[in-house]
Amino acid sequence: MPGKTDTSPRLAFQTEGLTKTYGEGEAAVHALRGVDLSLPDGELVVLLGASGSGKSTLLNILGGLDRATSGSARFRDHELTTHSDRALTRYRRDHVGFVFQFYNLMPALTAEENVELVTEIARNPMSPAEALDLVGLGPRRHHFPAQLSGGEQQRVAIARAIAKRPDVLFCDEPTGALDSTTGRAVLQVIADINEELGTTVLMVTHAAHTAAMAHRVLRFSDGAIHAVEVNATRLAPREIDW
Amino acid sequence: MTFLSPLDRKLLRDLWRIKGQAGAIAAVIALGVMTLVMMSGLVNTLELTKTAYYERYRLPQVFAPVERAPERILDRLAEIPGVSAVEGRVTGMALIEIDDEILPIRAQAVSLPAHGRARLGDIYLAEGRLPDPARAEEVLLLKAFADARALKPGDALSATMNGARRGFRVTGLARSPEFLYTTAPGEIVPDDARFAVLWMSRDSLAAAYDMDGAFNEALLALERGASEPAVIAAADRILDPLGGRGAYGLADHQSNFFLTEEINGARSTAVAVPPIFLGVSAFLLAITMHRIVQAEREQIGLLKAFGYTDGETAIHYLKLMLAIALVGAGAGALLGIAAGRAMAGLYTDYYKFPFLVFTLDPRSFVTGFATSVGAATAGGAGVLRAVFRLSPAVAMRPPAPADYTASGGISRLARRLLDQPGRMVLRRLHRQPGRMLGAAIGIATGMALSVGMIGLQSGFARTVDLAFTVLDRSDAQVTFTHAMSEKAIYELARLPGIESVEPVRNVSVLLRHGLETHRGAITGLGESARLARALDAEQRPLTLPEDGIVLSTTLAQVLGAAPGDVITAEIREGRRPMLDIPVAAVADSLLGAPAYMRLDALNLALKEPGRASGAYLRLAPGAETQVFETVRDMPALAGIALKEDMRLAIQEVMDNGMGAMRFVMLTIAGIVTFGIVYNAARIAYAERARDLASLRVIGFTRGEAAFVLLGELGLIVMMALPLGAVAGYGMSALIASAFSTEIYTIPLIFDAHSVASATLAVLASAVFSGWIVKRDLDRIELVSALKTRE
Repeated sequence: MPGKTDTSPRLAFQTEGLTKTYGEGEAAVHALRGVDLSLPDGELVVLLGASGSGKSTLLNILGGLDRATSGSARFRDHELTTHSDRALTRYRRDHVGFVFQFYNLMPALTAEENVELVTEIARNPMSPAEALDLVGLGPRRHHFPAQLSGGEQQRVAIARAIAKRPDVLFCDEPTGALDSTTGRAVLQVIADINEELGTTVLMVTHAAHTAAMAHRVLRFSDGAIHAVEVNATRLAPREIDW
Repeated sequence: MTFLSPLDRKLLRDLWRIKGQAGAIAAVIALGVMTLVMMSGLVNTLELTKTAYYERYRLPQVFAPVERAPERILDRLAEIPGVSAVEGRVTGMALIEIDDEILPIRAQAVSLPAHGRARLGDIYLAEGRLPDPARAEEVLLLKAFADARALKPGDALSATMNGARRGFRVTGLARSPEFLYTTAPGEIVPDDARFAVLWMSRDSLAAAYDMDGAFNEALLALERGASEPAVIAAADRILDPLGGRGAYGLADHQSNFFLTEEINGARSTAVAVPPIFLGVSAFLLAITMHRIVQAEREQIGLLKAFGYTDGETAIHYLKLMLAIALVGAGAGALLGIAAGRAMAGLYTDYYKFPFLVFTLDPRSFVTGFATSVGAATAGGAGVLRAVFRLSPAVAMRPPAPADYTASGGISRLARRLLDQPGRMVLRRLHRQPGRMLGAAIGIATGMALSVGMIGLQSGFARTVDLAFTVLDRSDAQVTFTHAMSEKAIYELARLPGIESVEPVRNVSVLLRHGLETHRGAITGLGESARLARALDAEQRPLTLPEDGIVLSTTLAQVLGAAPGDVITAEIREGRRPMLDIPVAAVADSLLGAPAYMRLDALNLALKEPGRASGAYLRLAPGAETQVFETVRDMPALAGIALKEDMRLAIQEVMDNGMGAMRFVMLTIAGIVTFGIVYNAARIAYAERARDLASLRVIGFTRGEAAFVLLGELGLIVMMALPLGAVAGYGMSALIASAFSTEIYTIPLIFDAHSVASATLAVLASAVFSGWIVKRDLDRIELVSALKTRE
């Protein structure tokens, strides 16, 4: 175990001067304006900020969904900014799980089949049933998305994301479309995953109260990180004041 | 279902979800493939059945008519190198009298061998029995004639042969590959009812025509690879001293010529028309696939986010496209086989084949499937490539709201003139012109197909109309047994009930230009002929030149000759001179492939001045019966034909022969046009269902929401109509030439009627399709439509 010989924890992500610009010339939008960052493995990190502050853009680049305009972004020993499309696909397939604000389930597939979609192509997945049990949806695994509530759909999306036993779980506003009770339940599932499976979690949100459950909080504004906070004590999601 | 991967399960459920639209696309591609398989199968079947029929009943390859040749000459004919079998027979012209006809009906009497079957030119006994060789009064009758005249075995009839009238009894009805089409001498259109063939014992017929121990027609079969021209030349050398009338090959045999031309017509239709249908279907398939995949953009992004590679994702969507294309092509192939078989059955009856050899063209399946799969792939691949270029993060987001700011200019004007839904329609058109144009081009192609097919129907009518009202303005046509002096014309002109008479001389001829030959006739018309004329390309009467020959366009094409060229005419009657004649002009072709000369010039060239082989008559109203009763006793009269009968006969050929395909094609064109419009409506609905549901949620009425959808469809249709009319012109030309044969030429008709009819068809399809999607829109469940992104 690296932790035993080296006291500093292994880094999951490290970025230097990361920028992202959409468009050109006068119409150009600078979504990221030079982000320097180091995130240790195994943490639950919350990215906070208003819309357009750059948090989702960073998440997309670290998740291999989008490309940076300049700078470097490393995941362990992968330099993501120089990866080819093929290598990025490989990276997403082997290391990364995603949870999106609008669940993005395939409407034509049942809960279990939506999970299977990912376990099919993963190297060492858990069974779809196991993943759904982890999010408490075992009994509803044969339902189609249209037959599930929003919270249930989001939990299917989480099951789908963790079933491959990813190294990193990226959650983009996972509770954005949910009420407080359902939202808490979803956050609890995410915290459990981080706790029990040791999965690094990066969660984008604009709900400041969520920060209390994180190991580390990155505050964004105007395309840059303006503060990094490390929580000495963390709250459980059920204790969060919504 | 467990053995299927989740992606495949998604595929099946997606297919089920879009079943309406997928079904509509598959149906259109099915029609394209069906037309191809049906037509090629039909042509193959007719060709093979014809060949099999010819072989089984030993149709000869060379016919050699002669005045009178002793039996032993057959041995000399058999010695010609390349000849494998020889049969001599006696034939003669006869006139049959039946109760309900004033005029006797012309007939050809053909001898049956004394023993056994004919070595060549055998017959198929369809009903009854063969005549007893010992009974001179027993005859077989051609089944087609018997059917047309309701005669059956056991009936009696009387016939005049070589001037003597005799009574006969019909013992059976026969068919023969030699007489699939029968045409009375001097006429151009076959007519079952007006020409008979009867077979009787050789002895009886020989007695009637003074042919004891002799024959007047030799039939020759050739060895494989033998040279037909060489055999014909050798046969002519042997028979010429005995009054040979010129041997000819099967290609110049009238019935075979007609059948061959019909099959050629079917083939050129099969080559030209199905690819148009298939092309239109393929185009639609490509467009719709493009739009279906476009709608899947977010799911594609999601698959990529999970780590599915471009290849895996592409294969998934390829399967979706192939499923639709293959179901369509498969259904088309099956329908094509069924339709081909049904058509082949109909044509077998029409062409009087006693049996049917049904075959399919394997290439049509390959072409049909390859085109369908190729079009589907091409349509989908373009979008996939575009989606793959996006990063998954971008692909997964709904496309950024289309930028409508550029349409500011429109909106200022529009705001004054249009309400909100109206502006939405207009802006979308302005913002996504490519997509709208694609849909409009799709509909325009369907419309062009209809324009072409409707124009084709008018083309057939125009041909008949011109041929029998402008070109031939007579009421009846008489044919003499041989070329007569002008006295006969004067005699006719004096008869009561005949208002005017114009002489005509038809001379059978072999025309030659370079390596091309055509066996036909030169028609000599009077200088100031008014009843029968040649027409120029603008359908104006053409003044025949003092010398030189005028060729019809069809004949000019066959011979590869143009005005100024000199062609050789080998006259096949009288002294059989060879003439070199300059081509003076080209006349419009309607029926057949005629060649015209001035009557005096033709007679001069033949050194037989003042002769006519027949005449065109203008009759006083209601004088038909009177005239028929007078002329029936004219000794030199071979026959008289009412123009109306000939018109009906050609109409019959056009409506029941290969020309009947135009009705089938028109139907298919109509369905394809509807299918395309319906698809456009369905796609517009699928693309906008969410937006429309949003409109309803924020308080728009059903009518207003429908207006946004139907207004868009309406605009697309309005764009399509002029495009369709323009494309329809090209389509009309293509289709008219595909349906023209040497028997009849179909002019390009592109007129207000065809454009208007096609426009109506498109509008009716649009209204009906609009009604269907409007019904779906009215039923849309607002909440669920907004919740699920599909």
